[in-house]
Amino acid sequence: MKSGTTFIQGNEAIAQGALYAGLQFFAGYPITPSTEIAEILSEKLPKLGRKFIQMEDEISSMCAIIGASLTGLKVMTATSGPGFSLKQEAIGYAVMAEVPSVVVNVQRGGPSTGLPTGVAQGDVMQARWGTHGDHSIITLTASNLQDVFLMTVEAFNLAETYRTPVILLFDEVVAHMREKVKMPERGEINVVERLRTSVPEGTNFHPYLTREDGRLPMSDFGGVHRYNVTGLVHDMWGFPSNDPKVAYDLLHHLVDKIENKADLLARYKEHYTEDAEILLISFGSAARTALHMVEQRRQRGLKVGLLELQTLWPFPRQLVRRMCKGRTHVLVVEMNMGQICQEVRKAVIRPERVYLANRFDGASISPADILNVLNMIRGKGV
Amino acid sequence: MAVKDYMRERFLPHIWCAGCGHGIIMGNMIRAIDQLNLKKNDIVVVSGIGCSSRMPGYLDFHTMHTIHGRALAFAMGVKMGQPELNVIVPMGDGDALAIGGNHLIHAARRNVDLTAIIMNNSIYGMTGGQYSPLTPTGKKATTAVYGTDSKPFDVVALARGAGATFVARTTTYHVKEMIDIMKAAILHKGFSVVEIMSQCPTYYGRKNKMGGAVEIMETFQEKTVKLGSKKAEADPELMERGIFVQEIQPEYVETYQTLIVELQEKAQKNRGNRKGKHHE
Repeated sequence: MKSGTTFIQGNEAIAQGALYAGLQFFAGYPITPSTEIAEILSEKLPKLGRKFIQMEDEISSMCAIIGASLTGLKVMTATSGPGFSLKQEAIGYAVMAEVPSVVVNVQRGGPSTGLPTGVAQGDVMQARWGTHGDHSIITLTASNLQDVFLMTVEAFNLAETYRTPVILLFDEVVAHMREKVKMPERGEINVVERLRTSVPEGTNFHPYLTREDGRLPMSDFGGVHRYNVTGLVHDMWGFPSNDPKVAYDLLHHLVDKIENKADLLARYKEHYTEDAEILLISFGSAARTALHMVEQRRQRGLKVGLLELQTLWPFPRQLVRRMCKGRTHVLVVEMNMGQICQEVRKAVIRPERVYLANRFDGASISPADILNVLNMIRGKGV
Repeated sequence: MAVKDYMRERFLPHIWCAGCGHGIIMGNMIRAIDQLNLKKNDIVVVSGIGCSSRMPGYLDFHTMHTIHGRALAFAMGVKMGQPELNVIVPMGDGDALAIGGNHLIHAARRNVDLTAIIMNNSIYGMTGGQYSPLTPTGKKATTAVYGTDSKPFDVVALARGAGATFVARTTTYHVKEMIDIMKAAILHKGFSVVEIMSQCPTYYGRKNKMGGAVEIMETFQEKTVKLGSKKAEADPELMERGIFVQEIQPEYVETYQTLIVELQEKAQKNRGNRKGKHHE
């Protein structure tokens, strides 16, 4: 990839970000509106000596990247709504077996086939709770293509650091729009490589024994350490166990390794927040509209600001609580029926001051949609 | 080496019932690997869910116990990631042909170098004896109390039709034959499917009043014949055993590697051309 300024589509920014981060294996299945990611990577990966495969379905795409990750490769798959539903069981496997992997979900209208070419942000809760059982997961998003690129690199870094699947939750507008992107030079953005064990051959290697710093070094399949990987509750050897103590410790480990790092994992942007009396909270393409609205109102003297979330999960509770403190109103702007709004209400001291400006009909939210709600809560009528 | 040298004794005892055929298959798989002199570090065993799928845990190779029906999809990623590894995929009949049927036919179509071992005991054992797509017509199961109402798959015909380049069938009774077939399947460059009839005395045998493990294994002897034997022509009820398909076709991962080399050579040539022009 050449550095310099380019004018590209969102899905290409995802593909380029993944290549920058060192993507070595991609498996996918065609689905609107994420298909371009697979198309682009099918062309680029073999040229770089890396691999692409179009699998027979969404499920096998997720499974294949997990298998390839265990051989030591950086892996990714990309999909949209229905495909994301199909991948959930295997995502749970990657959570349980702690396999670094990146899953892109370019959101479209749902449920079911929904609005394949319409924009939506309705998969926020699915990204968090789509797979069964108590667990934790990292989910990132972005509103412009420079950030899409950056968050894609970040997703690979966090997947390797925390040995977890990371969800990149973009939306149709961000994925299909075209924008200027400055391709960074190699080394300009930090790229995290896999932490491999230093345990020598012939010495016992425990694939699921957490180091003092909380990290679990890995050993590639085909290497000198042979171990078992399973989706069952397992001990430090990776062997199945029914022991309640083992189950308790494992679940705590899987949840704590991410939830306890929520502050550290919080990626966000502040726009005009310092003196803002009214705070908007938004993410993805909705945040573009929100920012536009903020800038427009600022010109008229309204003290309004925007907190743009880039980490959705683990939810940056402390950040949101701190940022909302003392504001007269908080307005969550999103393209669903209030999935992040609920989280904000749970996080703040005065949930009754949190309002929702939303849209979920496949059309992009407009500044007027936000303004209407803003006027209403300020007692100015619609 | 002895069979036990290939096992993780720490993880024993195994979960299989007394009389289960899966241990015979595991033992023979080890013998085949031993006779082929393969290195432990070069072998990956990937399974799904079910009685059969507990096998990898007991084996001292790189092992992966995944989700129901998807073992071949995980194995696909392993093989593409490290093509030099020998990837063996033991599956049960429900695992391979019901929930996992799609992955089986596509792995066969691609002719990817994996060895699929289908341990066919005609029943879902782990969940307590429900009928599978390989339960013979009319046989009983906990979800077929009046007998199954449909035909089972013919694994050999299915695998052949989907494009597998090595297809074989044997039983737990025919131990020597099983080892030879497994050796040939592992050595085969391409997708190999080995169906092994195995006994489940606990559920399938009991539900169908077939007696214990020995009695069921005796039926494997009585009701099967070597491929091409005259007896099979006379009695269509007899099931044939042996290697049905063994042919060399382009293998998926190797073909992809060739593409990579071609693309990189082309890119290098283009770079060379550009440089040449620059000097002019």
